[in-house]
Amino acid sequence: MWCGSCRPAPDRFRPFPSRVSSMEWVDACAADDILLEDVIRFDHGGRTYAIYRTAEDEYFATDGLCTHEQVHLVDGFVMDNIIECPKHNGRFDFTTGEAKGAPVCIDLATYRVRVENGRVLLEVE
Amino acid sequence: MGAPQAKGRDYSLVGREAQLAVDKGLASAQWYACPVSRKRLKELMQRSDSPALRDTVLWVLSFLITGGLAFYLWPSWLALPFFLAYGVLYGSSSDSRWHECGHRTAFKTGWMNDVIYQIACFMIMRDPTVWRWSHTRHHTDTIIVGRDPEIAVMRPTLILKVIGMFLAVPQVIATTKSILRHAMGRLSAEEETFIPEREREKVYLTARIWLAIHLSVIALAAYFQSILPMLFIGPLPTMYGAWLHVMTGLTQHAGLAEDVLDHRLNSRTVYMNPVMRFLYWNMNYHIEHHMFPMVPYHALPALHEEMKPFCPPAYRSIAAAYREIIPALIRQMREPQWHVVRELPPGARPLPAIS
Repeated sequence: MWCGSCRPAPDRFRPFPSRVSSMEWVDACAADDILLEDVIRFDHGGRTYAIYRTAEDEYFATDGLCTHEQVHLVDGFVMDNIIECPKHNGRFDFTTGEAKGAPVCIDLATYRVRVENGRVLLEVE
Repeated sequence: MGAPQAKGRDYSLVGREAQLAVDKGLASAQWYACPVSRKRLKELMQRSDSPALRDTVLWVLSFLITGGLAFYLWPSWLALPFFLAYGVLYGSSSDSRWHECGHRTAFKTGWMNDVIYQIACFMIMRDPTVWRWSHTRHHTDTIIVGRDPEIAVMRPTLILKVIGMFLAVPQVIATTKSILRHAMGRLSAEEETFIPEREREKVYLTARIWLAIHLSVIALAAYFQSILPMLFIGPLPTMYGAWLHVMTGLTQHAGLAEDVLDHRLNSRTVYMNPVMRFLYWNMNYHIEHHMFPMVPYHALPALHEEMKPFCPPAYRSIAAAYREIIPALIRQMREPQWHVVRELPPGARPLPAIS
């Protein structure tokens, strides 16, 4: 739900509804392209994503823009399972997409990720 | 620098300048950022509880010592210097605690930020929810007229208002009105522009709790037939201790450009001594903070070193900043469109101006 301060993503950045069946796995980057406890940006099909690597070497992906003011999360700070937006310090749990409190109030969409042969694959439409 | 104009601008968030800022592309715009490497930024953004815990222990001890001595020596005049020190802790150092814990960068542990934030908000009389959202807007649209609710000195300068700020008079009057308004379950039209609906119940609840605390302190003073409780808690220490945070706070943006998308042109970094930096939690590195708000206060001096080559020179002292600010504010009484122009280092370019 839009809380009034947050602005919904433009259409090109909207997450896919779960009913969409035409999903595909795309090669996003090399696994080593992302440092431990860090995030990179990945653009595909007119959309932007953030792909995370945790300190435990796990990979996750969310929408690439903060749901508050559409700032790129790639410039943010990864701490444990949290991505902090670089503009207003809004925090999300990037493993679930959950917004952790003001000033962010809309969850991030999350995407499935797998690593094969040293490559990070992201499930997108 | 424009031609002198007698008429000021409309700083209201619901006035004519608000839409104008949107139309000009100044709202939620892309801002200049100094080229600090991602690797270095990651190092600087690291969070830790240690510096803020150490500073908070010192802070609480300072309260106990100054407050204890003031209480012990009351009603002798010997209590005065201790009340003055207590007031600075209560009415001024709460500004930086409000600020850093509001960004949730002071401590690594979330609840520690939230506890100090709530206490500091009460001391400086800033509603925790309203000011969290107003400060969010301040970071989105720093010193953009019609958008930024935290422009301290509007033009033309109202010099009596600026003087009154040093005793927190406008702040306490505005907060008293808003506590009463919020306690009745209402927001102002301006507050409605930046506080989401789901946050509003928090505002009303806080106002009712604060009102109860303030009334209890007054009742205590009446019961003991002594003003002493009111000198320790409530609007009085907020007022008699405000001068230091206003003095430091005005160095942040006063007299500088409005409606620019480059913090180097509308903010100041001012060198201060270690005592001031303890009280102010390094908010004197203000360009650095605005450009990279994820960097905690204890890492701002190191960030300053990284950004130095791309920024105008820092002011050597508070006095040096005021040698610029005072004449600027006086001039802006008559010429509201005039402002101080900061010189960027050779080769360092701001974003193109938007007009």
